[in-house]
Amino acid sequence: MTSNRKATVICALLLVVFFAGTVLSRSQVEKLRGKEVTLEEVLYMPSGKTVKRMSLGYSSLLADIYWTRAVQYFGDKLNRRSMRYDLLYPLLDITTDLDPHLIVAYEFGSLFLSQQPPEGAGQPEKAVALVEKGIRENPSYWRLYFTLGFIHYLDRRDYKAAGNAFLKGSEVPGALPWMKVMAARMAEHGDDRSTAVYLWKAVYDTSIDPQVKDTAVLHLTSLRAEADIEQLEQHVKVYHERTGALPSRWLDMVRAGILPGLPQDPNGAEYKLLPNGTVDVQDPSKYRFLERSHKK
Amino acid sequence: MISRLTAITLNTFREAVRDRVLYNLILFVLLLVASAPLFGQISIGMERLILVNVGLSSISLFGVIIAIFIGIGLVSKEMEKKTLYTILSRPVRRWEFILGKYLGLVMTLVVNTALMTAGFYIALLITNGLHKTDALLLVAIYFTVLQFLIVTALTILFSTFSSPIFSAIFAFALFVIGTFAEDLKNFAAISKGAAKLLATAAAYVMPNFASLNVIAQAAHDQGVGSGLILFNTLYALLYSASAVAAAVLIFERRNLK
Amino acid sequence: MFAIEIQGLSKDYAVGFWKKQFRPALKPLNLAVRTGETFGFLGPNGAGKTTTLKLLMGIVSPTSGTATILGKSFQDPEVKRRIGFLPEQPYFYDYLSAPELLDYYARLSGVPRERRNPKIDELLKRVGLADVGDRQLRKFSKGMLQRVGIAQAIIHDPEVIFLDEPMSGLDPLGRHEVRELIQGLKDDGKTIFFSTHILSDAEALCDRVAVIHKGELRGVGAINDIRTSVAGRSEVIWDGAHALPAVSGSLIESHITGETVRGIAHSENIDSLLDQLRRQRARLISVTPLHGTLEEYFLAKTSEQEKVIS
Repeated sequence: MTSNRKATVICALLLVVFFAGTVLSRSQVEKLRGKEVTLEEVLYMPSGKTVKRMSLGYSSLLADIYWTRAVQYFGDKLNRRSMRYDLLYPLLDITTDLDPHLIVAYEFGSLFLSQQPPEGAGQPEKAVALVEKGIRENPSYWRLYFTLGFIHYLDRRDYKAAGNAFLKGSEVPGALPWMKVMAARMAEHGDDRSTAVYLWKAVYDTSIDPQVKDTAVLHLTSLRAEADIEQLEQHVKVYHERTGALPSRWLDMVRAGILPGLPQDPNGAEYKLLPNGTVDVQDPSKYRFLERSHKK
Repeated sequence: MISRLTAITLNTFREAVRDRVLYNLILFVLLLVASAPLFGQISIGMERLILVNVGLSSISLFGVIIAIFIGIGLVSKEMEKKTLYTILSRPVRRWEFILGKYLGLVMTLVVNTALMTAGFYIALLITNGLHKTDALLLVAIYFTVLQFLIVTALTILFSTFSSPIFSAIFAFALFVIGTFAEDLKNFAAISKGAAKLLATAAAYVMPNFASLNVIAQAAHDQGVGSGLILFNTLYALLYSASAVAAAVLIFERRNLK
Repeated sequence: MFAIEIQGLSKDYAVGFWKKQFRPALKPLNLAVRTGETFGFLGPNGAGKTTTLKLLMGIVSPTSGTATILGKSFQDPEVKRRIGFLPEQPYFYDYLSAPELLDYYARLSGVPRERRNPKIDELLKRVGLADVGDRQLRKFSKGMLQRVGIAQAIIHDPEVIFLDEPMSGLDPLGRHEVRELIQGLKDDGKTIFFSTHILSDAEALCDRVAVIHKGELRGVGAINDIRTSVAGRSEVIWDGAHALPAVSGSLIESHITGETVRGIAHSENIDSLLDQLRRQRARLISVTPLHGTLEEYFLAKTSEQEKVIS
């Protein structure tokens, strides 16, 4: 073996060993650092505007990176059913500073922010601020008004502000006509369940994102279950008035001719009849937005 | 072997030290540090923070520029000027040449960084006085030096098979990609199937500069754990060693025209 | 005893990016240089002289063949301690001073610490640069650089010295100085192998010369033979060393390199010599009448289109 070939073989072996070492040491580094160290840098940033100036014209690429970071961060917290989402708003704020026209960041970002933990950050005020920033930057994009109204309605229960948002949105050229209907409904029956159903149906019909559609379906089934439960509890009351006792099972009520059959929830499972006469769903995890279930 | 290696290392160091471009860069950094107090005047109460950010970032950035700028010429210049022939016709092995060149440039960068650090601490002393927490900044600077080890090794690797300009572009591109190493791994985590395998492999082949950048934490007086210092050191040494080994592998087989 | 023996060394360079084609830069070369000899390697630009030197220095790897230097494989790192090399028009490290440069090369060649400084002083004196002090090489003239170049090639007292075009690019005075230096090395008993396309230099310095053209060896001869030969002598080259005893009577002199034999004979003996060679089944390579001057010899060799093959 010539010295040249010997050196080649030794080098190739060293290369393999060293590289394996980098993989091992790197995973140690990543374990020690934790996932959020890089993300936490947003806390130290003076503002997204500064970052934008330093990005040398590649701000939209950087915005994509920050948006991905925000989605990862949110998804990670969601999986772990976390109650704290400290970095979500700074991440979204920087993302939208870098690319003010990144509509998804406003639409999804505000949804992540507004929902109550563990489904979201539980920061509806910040969600409103984010969407309002989006509207300032993209005044002709009427769907942001819809998102804004939605947050006011659903998470802040501020029907007046919600109605205003829908009304303003409906005035944007190209806005779909039901935005006007929304505005009117907010004014008349803000607190109606039918309004909520209408709203979520609109979300379901107009969104193209499967994740949003899924969320809308979850809300709609929860709303239906809520209506069912209210009605069933009404029937239990009727049974109690007639017989002077609470029913122990649904069959009692069917025999009494109050119910036509065994009541099923939107997922096809039987509703639960509790000994105190109240009603619940079998599997609350399928009805994450069912308010009654949460209150217990 | 050791004496030949040190001879090449010292000569590389001497070449860099006698290059006027180097002094321009150092002067630039010192000016930047000196003008940092002016930045501080603009935003009251942030004097130290801005000085630290500007100082540490320029030490890092200019170090990387020096590493790439000198690194691309290390091998190609010797080929172009035919001095390589006078070296390889002596009992010098090719790997000794590459390793000596690498160590020489690393030595240059370490001395440079030491000078810039001294300037930086003087600026700190003048504007704010020194505090205990300022020692934490040394960790950030140490990590910066670890970055230089990797950048230099990559630059030499590229310069063994491509032209100086392309070597510079490749090395700088990897530096930028490496600062987003964790995002790269996130992208890999999202993808599926064969693409995932490929992306994960790519994520590990790319250098990780993200965990070597603790300037922001240091500026806010956040400490860095000793375990992290240990494994980051290990990672940087192993990664640079891999790149140098790859460079030797290519250089051993290369016909030099 | 041969200081350098080249056995069938050849090099093909790949050209083209998509379709690799191989262009021979050096066809299989057989050549031997005796110890203590000053050997000129002649040829026009692009003949393959530098390629040969790069192969011998291990800078490029050969396509085929091998060589021994001082009895050892040319790739043996031990050999490199005992040889010196000056490439064609090197630029050296222009940020160094002459003493620094020589110190660097002395270290690389493994010259012991205590011998380095005296050796550097001695060499600088020898090449006429004793008074340059700490001036950087960037301020040196071409002639001075070439003298530094020769100094670096001999800093470690090598036994064999390879010089690639040591006189090119120099003015007449510079050429004279370099010529004197080489003459001095020759007087020290060093084996010198230098390539050149300047015939007068070769004529002044060399014991023997080889002519190479288009990557192919065209002839080898002793300067004295070439210079003093009158018309009536011819050079006969054949493959097959076994035939030598049978024909040695007809030869004035002969050299063997591997299987290749080069003999000089009087022209009247040529016919019978060729008959004998044929009977011995030796493979005849060329028959060339010898000319009076190196220039004539050179021109004759480089204008031959093909080898004469029987």
